[in-house]
Amino acid sequence: MTDLLALIVAKYNYWLYVILMMIGLYAMIAKNNLIKKLVGMNIFQTAIILFYISIGYKKNATLPIIENVHGTGGGHIYAIDYINPLPHVLMLTAIVVSVATFGVAMALAVRVYQRYKTLEEDELRMRLSEK
Amino acid sequence: MDNYPVLIVVAPLLAALLAGFAAWIEERLSYPIALLGLAVSTFAAFEVLMQVIFFGPIRYEMAGWPPPMGIEYRIDLLNAMVLLIVSGIAFLNLLASYESVNQEIGDRTGSFYSIYCLFVTGLLGVTATGDLFNLYVLIEITSLTSYAMVAMGDRDRGALASLNYVFIGVIGASFYLLGVGYLYIQTGSLNMTDVAIILQDYHGSSTVLTAFVLCMVGVWIKMAFFPLHAWLPNAYSYSPVVFLRVVAPLMTKVMIYVMIRLMITVFGFNYIFKTLNFADAVVILATVAIIFGGVMALAQKNLKKMLAYIIISEIGYMVGGVWMGNQLGMTGAILHILNDALMTFAVFLGVGNIIYQLKDVDFSNLGGLFGKMPWTMAGFVLAAFSIIGIPPTCGFFSKWYLIMGAFEKGAYHFAIALIISSLICAVLFFRVFEICFFPSSSQDNKQKDVHAPGKIEEAPVSMLIVSGFVSLSLIVVGLFSGTIVNMIILPFLT
Repeated sequence: MTDLLALIVAKYNYWLYVILMMIGLYAMIAKNNLIKKLVGMNIFQTAIILFYISIGYKKNATLPIIENVHGTGGGHIYAIDYINPLPHVLMLTAIVVSVATFGVAMALAVRVYQRYKTLEEDELRMRLSEK
Repeated sequence: MDNYPVLIVVAPLLAALLAGFAAWIEERLSYPIALLGLAVSTFAAFEVLMQVIFFGPIRYEMAGWPPPMGIEYRIDLLNAMVLLIVSGIAFLNLLASYESVNQEIGDRTGSFYSIYCLFVTGLLGVTATGDLFNLYVLIEITSLTSYAMVAMGDRDRGALASLNYVFIGVIGASFYLLGVGYLYIQTGSLNMTDVAIILQDYHGSSTVLTAFVLCMVGVWIKMAFFPLHAWLPNAYSYSPVVFLRVVAPLMTKVMIYVMIRLMITVFGFNYIFKTLNFADAVVILATVAIIFGGVMALAQKNLKKMLAYIIISEIGYMVGGVWMGNQLGMTGAILHILNDALMTFAVFLGVGNIIYQLKDVDFSNLGGLFGKMPWTMAGFVLAAFSIIGIPPTCGFFSKWYLIMGAFEKGAYHFAIALIISSLICAVLFFRVFEICFFPSSSQDNKQKDVHAPGKIEEAPVSMLIVSGFVSLSLIVVGLFSGTIVNMIILPFLT
């Protein structure tokens, strides 16, 4: 039991992202309203962004901005003193992607609403089966 | 010229931008711009294929940054072939679509051509890139554009079908991204060849296993592999037919390519077939996919939906062939990428011509088409023969390799499923032929009098020429499939 607790505490960032992801997935599967599903989708994507951000982190490390490296007195630079910037940079792109997806999905939701005057899935299904 | 690899991707990207801008000035300008962009891309893809065949794989460093730091385009025989398929089909489709787009999209042709080029850019980028994260971004470009395209289709159902497609598509891409994250944790690199070298020391690692499973599930969702296929039929059958003709042959095939690339280049066959042992389970899933797709296709009353289920069945062929893990199965799967792209394209060109005249393709409206649109139907019949797998059309040869592979591996259920699926396809298409051959009964005529008073004519010449060209290429590719296997696929596999 204590082993398990230790494991959870030591890797809490992974647990957090998994929980967030499952919340998002739950909303996408179980919610009836299309906008709630969209919010779930966004939570799902954000969980993955958090995962990437957390894997770049190191204890007792600082931002990867290297002072004086081109000038005098740079001295040696140790990678261990700096957090890994690459996952963070990747996530800039992923954020752009998720914003774009969210935008497209919102536009589609507007189209659906204009056509059917509802965003509830069960009502949509009823409208579709009427025809 | 050294810059052909990047030109393949950049030309349609620029065309997308310019076509969008040109539409503000004059809507008619966007079509030639898009056509020019894709023509340049096709030409570059052809040149690259020739270079790769004669001088070996090309490594192109983006902006001169050497890998593994920079993004690299790595083109070997497999991508070179897929690149030519993608750009060629996209170009031919655009050549055939001018009238269809005007009819179907109406006042938004400028944005249509722009998104179309962007979609092709995404597919080409996915195929050319040698960087795992870059692959994710390009997959998302492809998906985003296809969401927009599906929504441009059917006025009633398009937006809703597209929204459901968004939900599933996002889950698929996110799984892939997560898999790449785990790979990055283990290897600290995103370059495919670099990752592959580092991974050799970590075959027992559970992180790598997680990464592999997540990547595969992501790609399977995107390609609509059997239990994850539910989005495909609606999304495809409500999209505009001009887009359908390019998404149906290309999107799933490019995802199959991604799967092969991940399996061969990144994780390696040793890892997948020796360390892990669930290849048999995947082959069984593929078997189920083949049968399921066929049976569902039998139940459809609309030509578009029927073909959508046939696509699901064809995906089963290729996934099964790849996961067989032997050379014959792999050869069959890669050859089937080419053949299936061509024959799906050919069959949907036929469907496009019919829709151009009839507006919809419910079976009840198809009566007497052989008399009214003989050339379209000739192309359609050839494509159908190829899907059924009648020699000398190309569909036969890849099926042959797949069945041989299944026997070598001892996966008899897969071989039987392939044969049953061919029979189902035969039933499906001959039913369509029968409906199209005889004029519709009196009851249908009454209905037809309302909107189209019995005067269906042949489709425009540009559409017919492309349709004829592609259908004939099915036979040509079939006759030369030995050459293709010897020149491209076997050198790639060994």
